[in-house]
This record gives sequence, C-alpha cells and structure tokens, in this order.
Amino acid sequence: MGIYLPIAEMSVNMVILLAMGGAVGFLSGLFGVGGGFLITPLLIFYNIPPAIAVATGANQVVASSFSGALAHFKRGTLDLKLGTMLLAGGIVGASGGIYIFAYLRRLGQLDLIISLLYVAFLGSVGGLMLVESVNAIRRSRSGGSTSLRRPGQHNWIHRLPLKMRFRTSKLFVSVIPVLGLGAIIGLLASIMGVGGGFIMVPALIYLLKVPTNVVIGTSLFQIIFVAAFTTVVHATANHTVDVVLAFLLMVGGVAGAQYGAQIGQRLRGEQLRALLAALVIAVALRLAFELFVRPQSVYSLATGAGA
Amino acid sequence: MTAAHVLACLALFMLAFVVRGHTQPMLSEDIEIGLSTDTVSITSDFSGANLTIFGALDNVDPLISSQGGYDIVVILEGPRQTLTVRKKTRVLGMWINTQSMIFRDVPASYSVAMTRPPQDITEISSYETLALRPRDVRLRPLDPSETSARIQEFSTALRARKEASGLYVERVGGVEFLSRSLFRATLRLAPNVPVGTHRARAFLFRKGVFVQDTSAPLSIRKAGFEQRVFAFAYQQSFIYGVLSALLAVVTGWAGRMIFRKD
Repeated sequence: MGIYLPIAEMSVNMVILLAMGGAVGFLSGLFGVGGGFLITPLLIFYNIPPAIAVATGANQVVASSFSGALAHFKRGTLDLKLGTMLLAGGIVGASGGIYIFAYLRRLGQLDLIISLLYVAFLGSVGGLMLVESVNAIRRSRSGGSTSLRRPGQHNWIHRLPLKMRFRTSKLFVSVIPVLGLGAIIGLLASIMGVGGGFIMVPALIYLLKVPTNVVIGTSLFQIIFVAAFTTVVHATANHTVDVVLAFLLMVGGVAGAQYGAQIGQRLRGEQLRALLAALVIAVALRLAFELFVRPQSVYSLATGAGA
Repeated sequence: MTAAHVLACLALFMLAFVVRGHTQPMLSEDIEIGLSTDTVSITSDFSGANLTIFGALDNVDPLISSQGGYDIVVILEGPRQTLTVRKKTRVLGMWINTQSMIFRDVPASYSVAMTRPPQDITEISSYETLALRPRDVRLRPLDPSETSARIQEFSTALRARKEASGLYVERVGGVEFLSRSLFRATLRLAPNVPVGTHRARAFLFRKGVFVQDTSAPLSIRKAGFEQRVFAFAYQQSFIYGVLSALLAVVTGWAGRMIFRKD
C-alpha cells in the first residue's frame, strides 16, 4: 500500500514502514534503547534522503523512549535528578550538533560523517560491550558474581570536584562527567538522529557506575527530551522532519516495544548486553561495508548549489 | 450557452475552415495540444500516474498521412532547478565525495514520448539541434570556466543518475494517431515526480523534417493533506516541530496504554 510522504516528496510502501517500526520497536523494548541507531540506517537503506532519515528518526525516538520511560517511572527505576543533569548537558550538545549538521550538509559530506560516526561509535561500543558481556556470562557459568558494581572500587571520575548526591542511583559523584556525557550524547543525537541510548547505557554503567536497574529508565528519560529538542530544531532549521513517515514508524514502534520489553524481562542482564552488542556490531559492519565497497555509481545528485 | 450560440460558433468554425482550405491550399501543417487538466494533484495515495495529452494536426496532407509520413514527439519537462553533481573517489580506502559541479536550469524531470523509434523519425542531428531527447538536454555549469572534459563527464553523469531514478525517460510508441489528424500521447509521471510548473511540448515532423512545435503549461502540486503538511512545515516550522514531538509523546503514551503487558 503506497503512501506519499509530504516532506520527503516520495511515495513509499506503508506496510514496509510499519513493519520496520515494529521490528525496531521490538528490539528497543528488548534492550531498553530508543532504537534510533537502527531506524536511521534502515531508512537510508530504504532510499529516504539521509537528512530526512536523521531528523525523522529523532522524532520516532521521542515516541519509543517516552513509552519506555513511562514503564520505568512506574517501577521506580528512573533517577529523575540524574536524568535532569544529563539532560542539561544534552541540550547544549544538541544545539551545537544542529549547526554542525547544517554545515556538513552544505559541504556535501553529511552522509559520510553520519556513516563514519555510526561505524566508529557502534563498532567500538558494540565491541566493548561484547567483550564485557561474554566475560560476565563466563563468570556466571563458573559460579561467580555477575554484578558490575563492586563497592569501594573508584576510578579517576570519582576524584573530580563539584560532587552531587543522586539518591535513587545511590551515587555521590561530580556533576562534570554527568554534564559532559549529556553533552556528547546530545551532539551525537542531533547529527546521527539517535537518542544515544547505546552510548549512554554503557557509559552510565561503566564510567559512572550507576546501578544497572536504574540505567535504562534514566537513559530513556533524558533521551525523550534530547530527541524532542532535536526534532524541533531540525524541523525549524532544516525542514527535514517528515511527520507522516515518523508517525508510521512510531505506531509500529510502540506496539513492538511493549512485546520486546516483556521478553526482555525474562532474559538475564549479561545475555541481553551480549545480544545488543552483537546487533550493534552488525549495524556497524553493514555501514562500514557501504563505505569501503565501490558504490554502484560514484556520482550523486543534490538539488541546490552545494560546494 | 444556448443552442443558437453553439450553432453560430459551429458555423463560424466551418466558415473559417472552408475559407482557409480554399484560399491557401498549400498551408503548412499546424499542431495543437490540449491537456485534460492544467493541474495534477498529488494526494497521499499517489504512486506515479499516466498523463494523457491529446492533440490535433491542422492542414494534414492526406497523401503523406497515409504513407505514415507524420511523426510527433511529445515532451513533459519538469521545473528547472540548480543541481549539484558530486563524485566519489577513493580516499584512504573509503568512498568520499571529493569533486562536484553545479549546473543551473536543469529540468528536474524530462519525459519524452514519440510515435516511432527515434532513428526512424528524423536525423540524430535534428534531435540535438532541437534538444529533444534526454541525452540532448542542454546542461550549463554555473561556473563558465569549467573545462569541457569535466563538463562532459559531469553532465553525462547527471543524465545517467536522472535516468536511473526514472525522472529522465523516453517512451517509443507513447504517441499514437487516433485518426488522420488526432493523436494521443501517454507520459509516465514517476512516483517521485517533482512538484511545480511543468511544460508539455509537442514537435511535429513531416518525413523527417521538423515542421512546428507548440507547448502548454501543467502544474503538478501536492493537494489536500500533503499540501497542508508541507506548507505548515515550511511556514510555521517551529510549531510544526513542536507538534511533531508532541504527536510522538501522545503516540508513545497511547501505545503503552493499548499494548502494555505488565
């Protein structure tokens, strides 16, 4: 069934988009991530112009992360104070990212930078997570502790000044790395069209030592706002949010997410992390392949006068 | 219009025909086209369409006509726009856009229909002179100091990309004669047809010689919901963005209410 997208100015198959949203929603519910890192590359593979894929991806992330954060809020696995601090940094980062996005687009290098960022971040985060989770699975098989949090173990981050207490996370840590992490996530969110959950979740766990059960809810909470902010700014500055496309993805996404979350509760933490790592690496490899293999045509067209 | 009025018009028309036919029997042929509509609306279910253009020839020579000596080429040309062609080359093993050329006044789409295979209608050189076929579309770089080799390379690439996306097409047999003087052209509008003012042009050939051409404008635009969304997104982009984000929040909330499993 065809539907015409008013902003992308093309006719697409509605069923494919609903299914795409549903599949990504399922995975995002399963792993507790927004799913932006999957939806944007999928849209690009489906010939949606990258600039529209990024901005519309951010819009769909708002829906999936809101839906997910609601569940965590009710369960009490959401640290509002930590989320708000991350958000403050996030808004600053996202603002900067929007300008970089528009600049790269004029330069004709937007697609390249998006691909490179995806390959670099997905590849390294996925790789680290895979190593860590496989080790954790090994430890649990040999009967050891699988907890990531070992009291008394501190790294350089815990020696920074301006400390703040986060009760829900049982954490007493400097706000500098919290704001900085938020800013980096915000920057990536606006350039890559992702919520940043796949970076946020491991960073909160490994760098800030936030308890795993609070991490996903808190990450989703800040992603709602960063993605919403990104959506508004992209719509205003670049006119690249296609609300019809976003809505189709959202409807599929929120439906899939609930089923994913249900199944996710039955899996063990380290198994989930290993699966997510494998998925992240697969997307990174797919994008790297595009970058290094000779394209079908070395020429491309863009309306307007870019350099 | 009253019946008398119609009759009067008809009489005038006949009179004109008779007078022209008698006083100047060797008048050259004339071509006219008529679009059934001057606006094509793109709505949410648009997935490409066929556009039919009817046309008529005046002062047809029955002898040439019966020999199949008349040929018609109909072109639907999209709005002109500035276009950048980029070229990827291999840098550090990666394929990166490194070169580009900007062309101005490039037809966004170019759809050609003709009565017979192009080589049977006229000489290749007359296609070039008239800039009829997609391969003859004149492309001018914004920067006049470009070398001709580079212009050649990038303009060829531009046409190839346009052909690959279905925007530059050629359809042999797309024009059919319905009678000695009436013809019908069927042109394909691609699903990604550019919106804006298009121009339909028709060229008449007699035994391989170009006789006359005519043109008519056609506006292709989004309609209804699509048009409102598009206009809203551009005119009140901030509010559009806020509403898009709110729609996402509502959808996320509703999805949770409907599908929740815990």
